[in-house]
Amino acid sequence: MSIPCTEVASAGTAFEPKVVAFVCNWCTYTGADLAGTSRLKMSPNVRIIRTPCSSRISPLFIIKAFERGADGVIVSGCHTGDCHYSTGNYYARRRFAIFRELLDFLGVDTGRVTFSWVSASEGTKWQQVVNDTASRVKALGPFNEYPAQGEVGRP
Amino acid sequence: MNELRELARSLLASGTVKVVIGYENVEGARWPAEGPRGVRPSFVTDPAQADRLVFDSRCVQNLAAYLNPRRQHLVSIGKPAVVVKGCDARAVAGLIREGQLRREDVVLIGVRCGGVVRDPALGPGLIEEEVSDRCGGCEDREPKLFDHVVGALPPPPPSSTRRADALARLQKMTAAERWTFWKESLSRCVRCYACREICPMCFCVQCIADKNRPQWLDSSPTTRGNVAWHMTRALHQAGRCVDCLECERACPEGIPLGLLGRHVAQVVERRFGYRASADPTVPVPLGVYRTDDEEEFIV
Repeated sequence: MSIPCTEVASAGTAFEPKVVAFVCNWCTYTGADLAGTSRLKMSPNVRIIRTPCSSRISPLFIIKAFERGADGVIVSGCHTGDCHYSTGNYYARRRFAIFRELLDFLGVDTGRVTFSWVSASEGTKWQQVVNDTASRVKALGPFNEYPAQGEVGRP
Repeated sequence: MNELRELARSLLASGTVKVVIGYENVEGARWPAEGPRGVRPSFVTDPAQADRLVFDSRCVQNLAAYLNPRRQHLVSIGKPAVVVKGCDARAVAGLIREGQLRREDVVLIGVRCGGVVRDPALGPGLIEEEVSDRCGGCEDREPKLFDHVVGALPPPPPSSTRRADALARLQKMTAAERWTFWKESLSRCVRCYACREICPMCFCVQCIADKNRPQWLDSSPTTRGNVAWHMTRALHQAGRCVDCLECERACPEGIPLGLLGRHVAQVVERRFGYRASADPTVPVPLGVYRTDDEEEFIV
């Protein structure tokens, strides 16, 4: 089950962060698609996982991503009022507001998680979200501290 | 005390309820030299046994946990009457609010409370070192949700700001210092799930920690898995936690779990104007939304 995905940084190679993006199918995924078909240059560090709605994105997804070696996470969905299911992102917004503050309370740098609304027509905004997150996480460095706590046989 | 016993007796004798859940003295070998000391939950089904019931400052346990629908063996006895302090009534209200309990399925015996000790073996006198952290700043000494209310209002407990201070100290630290604190605290967790078992508001029929397809949470007690577990629990308790601190009392490792719950409760109150109350008609904060909820953290 547990596949170590922490990148092996050999001497001389710069740190390239792994960023996992959880996006909603209807807005952000389509927006990211638009960014791609528009040939916008984007940081290659982001891996997209498509979900039906931003309210489908459980905080556990984010915890799991970090557990398996992600250095940063993007969560993105439709702008409020534009949810394909009318109200999903309103519920998601409440949940993530709490999650983010809990993350901070536990001492995780909240700079590692980006929350955004990107609509289907905002290819350039997606490009910006991706590039901003990638460069910010790159500056923060690898997030080995959390996954490393999973090693068994500690003293 | 007599008022409580009398009420329990009549409720049982009239057949209004099948069991009265309250507190009784621990008799027996634990403190032979000192006689009865400490209290434990008591389940009285026979009116003749109603004299076992007691209530004083040692009665720290939150008996609302027995109304949790996970406790099927209790449901099978029949309709219960439960002795609830003001703080416990918040948990009862929470269960009703969340559709886990119907108001007409329980008789609530409210007790006026003068504060409780941290551990039921302490007391019964209340001194500042022994008073439960949950009693600091209590506004529910007079029950607000009840069918019957017994006893006179005792004087307030010695005030304690222990926990508020601990929380404020932690909130003032840098993120790195907080991580060090939680890493150390949560590394001690042995994943006995006592926090979950004692929690009146942990009512999932199957807990996410028990699911293994997929396995969301490491089942072995690594610090990583422990952080994920306690974070998940704190999130699931957002807008539910009634701050009874039973998780902290049950924890064999003395992890300050109440701080997680209290912090999340503060966030919920600041953002959504919701505070766990004894009013079961208020909607749960994560089950509703406002179109103008703050979203300063979203780009």
